[in-house]
Amino acid sequence: MRWILAPLVAGTAAIGAAPSVWAHAFLDHASPAVGSSVPASPPVVTLWFTQDLEPAFSSVTVTNEAGQRVDLGKAQIPQGSPDELQIKLKPLTPGTYLVGWHVVSVDTHPTEGTFTFDVKP
Amino acid sequence: MFRSYTDARARFALAAALTALPAGSPLAHGFAGQRFFPATILTDDPFVADEMSLPQVSVNPPVPDGSRETDFQIDLSKRITPDTDVTIRDQWQRLKPAGLPAVTGLGALQTGAQYQLFVNGPHEALGLVGLNVSWAHTGRVQALGAPDFTTLSPTFDFGKGLGDLPRSLPYLRPFAVTGNLGFDFPTKVESAGAPNPNNFNYGFAFEYSLPYLQCCVKDIGLREPFNRLIPLVEVAFTTPINRVPASQTIGTIQPGVIWAGQYFQIGAEAILPATRVTGHGYGGVVQFHVYLDDLFPHSIGRPISEWW
Repeated sequence: MRWILAPLVAGTAAIGAAPSVWAHAFLDHASPAVGSSVPASPPVVTLWFTQDLEPAFSSVTVTNEAGQRVDLGKAQIPQGSPDELQIKLKPLTPGTYLVGWHVVSVDTHPTEGTFTFDVKP
Repeated sequence: MFRSYTDARARFALAAALTALPAGSPLAHGFAGQRFFPATILTDDPFVADEMSLPQVSVNPPVPDGSRETDFQIDLSKRITPDTDVTIRDQWQRLKPAGLPAVTGLGALQTGAQYQLFVNGPHEALGLVGLNVSWAHTGRVQALGAPDFTTLSPTFDFGKGLGDLPRSLPYLRPFAVTGNLGFDFPTKVESAGAPNPNNFNYGFAFEYSLPYLQCCVKDIGLREPFNRLIPLVEVAFTTPINRVPASQTIGTIQPGVIWAGQYFQIGAEAILPATRVTGHGYGGVVQFHVYLDDLFPHSIGRPISEWW
């Protein structure tokens, strides 16, 4: 079993030494949180990614259960936060909302995803 | 204050690079839509890739005669075009027969060529066909039992995530399965008096992706390193279809976990024999696997067809 343990220990050490950026941009967390319920209409949806984003090729949409857009246009990357994507929302009525995102990391890898959140009555 | 654009020259270069990519390209790694399939240890991956396993170390369970084998394996996959790749694999083996000195040497060199049949993002599905070749006389034939014949093995590999299940079944959506189906066609029917059968190979990996749970279903508050863990169970079998009885089926069941990071992944699995002729007891395997497309996104990590 020593043959197995050596590379495992080396690999575990490499995890600790790894830089804190990702090549593919994965969704790290969001506000409202993925799958969460919020008590009132949030003014914006904010997504934090594991890699800096290329703004020209990164987008977010928010739709209601009828498939209608409830966001206010183009997603923005706040200055000084290149791994963050925000989109403003219209006032939301209680219901379930679908967030769809498509981003390109600064090293050209595209990724995409969806999640929902609920606005409680 | 929002940043709405970057340097125009950089954007033009990026646009040119993105425009050159075909629609639906898996872009290395095992992506299908929002599903990330890790590189599995026992079963072949259903996607073309720029990746390398260095090393994969396995201590196999003792076989019925009591001998035990330890393998140090290296794998390399390199994309030629966005939808095709070639693979090369070899292993250094240490065979310890019961009551006898250990024997060491190389196993057979294995190469492959693969084509990505389809990538369906909305349904998180992947399909791949390939032809693997195990080459004669590339390992220690007499001492280690490396083959003195070449074997051709056409394969079909697939992957399917359950993310397209109804959102009323949230905690099933992180599940995914990958699988391999293939046949072995040895170029000699017999070696040293022993038959070389045609084999049917089949294997599956059942995965539960915590990254998928976190990003796409429900943020349950997992943080590093737990938010990158993918528990899985792999099974693989080889069943002879001629020349020897089908009861000579060998196979293993391998429960384990993969941690998938930004540039590499680490996997560890137990090895449990699934049939009596496979062996008894248990073994283990660990793998350190790097993503060349993420380490070198502008050079060797791109398909060779995009180097110029």
